[in-house]
Amino acid sequence: MSRLPDRGCGMSLIAADHACVRFAGTEVLHDISLRVEPAEIVTIVGPNGSGKSTLLRALLGITPLAAGRVSRRAGLRIGYVPQRLQIDRTLPMTARRFLSLPRRHAPAATAAALARVGVPEVADRQMADLSGGQFQRVLLARALLTEPDLLILDEPTQGLDQPGEAAFYRLIDALRRDTGCAVLMVSHDLHVVMAASDRVICLNGHICCEGTPRVVSNAPEYRALFGLGTQGALALYRHEHDHDHMHDHSHDHGHDHGHGSARPRVGDPHGHGHA
Amino acid sequence: MGTAMLDDFLVRAGLAGIGLSLAAGPLGAFVVWRRMAYFGDATAHAAILGVALALATDLPVGLGTLTVALLMAVTVATLAARGWAMDTTLGVLAHSALAFGLVAISFVHGVRTDLSAWLFGDILAVTRGDLAQIWGGAGLVALLLIWRWSALLTATLNEDLAHASGLNPGRERLVLVLALAVVVAVAIKVVGALLIAAMLIIPAAAARGLTRSPESMAAVAVLIGATASIGGLGLSMWQDTPAGPSIVACAAVVFALSAVLGPLRWR
Repeated sequence: MSRLPDRGCGMSLIAADHACVRFAGTEVLHDISLRVEPAEIVTIVGPNGSGKSTLLRALLGITPLAAGRVSRRAGLRIGYVPQRLQIDRTLPMTARRFLSLPRRHAPAATAAALARVGVPEVADRQMADLSGGQFQRVLLARALLTEPDLLILDEPTQGLDQPGEAAFYRLIDALRRDTGCAVLMVSHDLHVVMAASDRVICLNGHICCEGTPRVVSNAPEYRALFGLGTQGALALYRHEHDHDHMHDHSHDHGHDHGHGSARPRVGDPHGHGHA
Repeated sequence: MGTAMLDDFLVRAGLAGIGLSLAAGPLGAFVVWRRMAYFGDATAHAAILGVALALATDLPVGLGTLTVALLMAVTVATLAARGWAMDTTLGVLAHSALAFGLVAISFVHGVRTDLSAWLFGDILAVTRGDLAQIWGGAGLVALLLIWRWSALLTATLNEDLAHASGLNPGRERLVLVLALAVVVAVAIKVVGALLIAAMLIIPAAAARGLTRSPESMAAVAVLIGATASIGGLGLSMWQDTPAGPSIVACAAVVFALSAVLGPLRWR
């Protein structure tokens, strides 16, 4: 993987070009090309085992590529929130101490970060004693302390209830607005996430389709993966979407039926039934 | 004053125990946090094989134990990275290393009689040279752990998180493996191969109930280890008990007290 800026990357913060990942000879990610632009919220959705976390890990440089490349804008600062972080009960660790790993931050900075994510009261509590929602917010605060250009979140609302989930995504949206950082996140719960995204990438070992939430939710590739059962919830999503975020999707008014701008990938080895 | 003091075997023994605790405290904390207890056992048991090989080839015993402990630690770490079932693998390796070590040592003339010195330690027979080795090795480990502390702690929490912060979790694992091999080589004289893992785990586990930060847990583990060393030596003098096991028994008593008192303190 190269961290040097290159011509192909342009203004993008991070870009994958024809990236492939193999585990023990099996290709788990096939020909992935994507880019994240400044200040946009991009969500990767896909069924279990579709390679969502692997894709994030490849972008972070944790998982090596078998082919293709990942390029980052020079000096890009990434804040990462991993999936399922378990802190062993034998490890005493206050939230404040956790925020200073591996680099020390001034007490004022850690206090401000905790306040920004809405949990100023947990600074001196043990990480192992926090609720799921508090824990995720502390992880987010730690990522914010690096003043990231790009936040990468791996299923950040796992284990949260619905109101907690919605509140968490509202917070992400507010952080993007305040700091101008881009957000790349993974989710398998579709609808709340889609409402909170500028762009959705539908993944199943390869990129099935991508585009604005409305476009992707109408794409046959997406329907094939998630089935007709999503209809009711989608109606709910559109309802909320039309009320709260009219301004967000003015640019895709011309594509209400989706086929125009969702970009199905050719040469798709998995094939798609028509929903 | 220093040199005259070192003439007393009891002072040398006490200093040996304190020196070992200096490294075993923080390293033991990582062994507890990363659930490496059995890993410590395997490495320590392999040291017996190192003793046998060193005696057979007339090499310094410290060198033999260090080499074999390091080989064992690297082997275990490699197998773990390849996804072997660690519970079984460590069980096989730990006890095989001990068995082969005991068999090998029986071939070395004249050692059979004081085998228990290698199994349970012989802290009362620590020489000035031993003391220099113990403090040298333990000091090295303590400095290594202090130097890598933040990186080690981050990698212990979550390897992906460490990686995303620009650290190399594999390198931090190697640091711990190296430290473990050095501590084993140092500790075999003090508590013996069978009880090394106890000196790593028990003080750290006892410290857990009394502390609220990783740093204080490591520091309190050092204090508990040192206190247990002095207490064990006292017990050994008073009741003529074997010194190594007495030290571990003292540490276990502190653990029991902290298990009872710790929760009271934080609720």
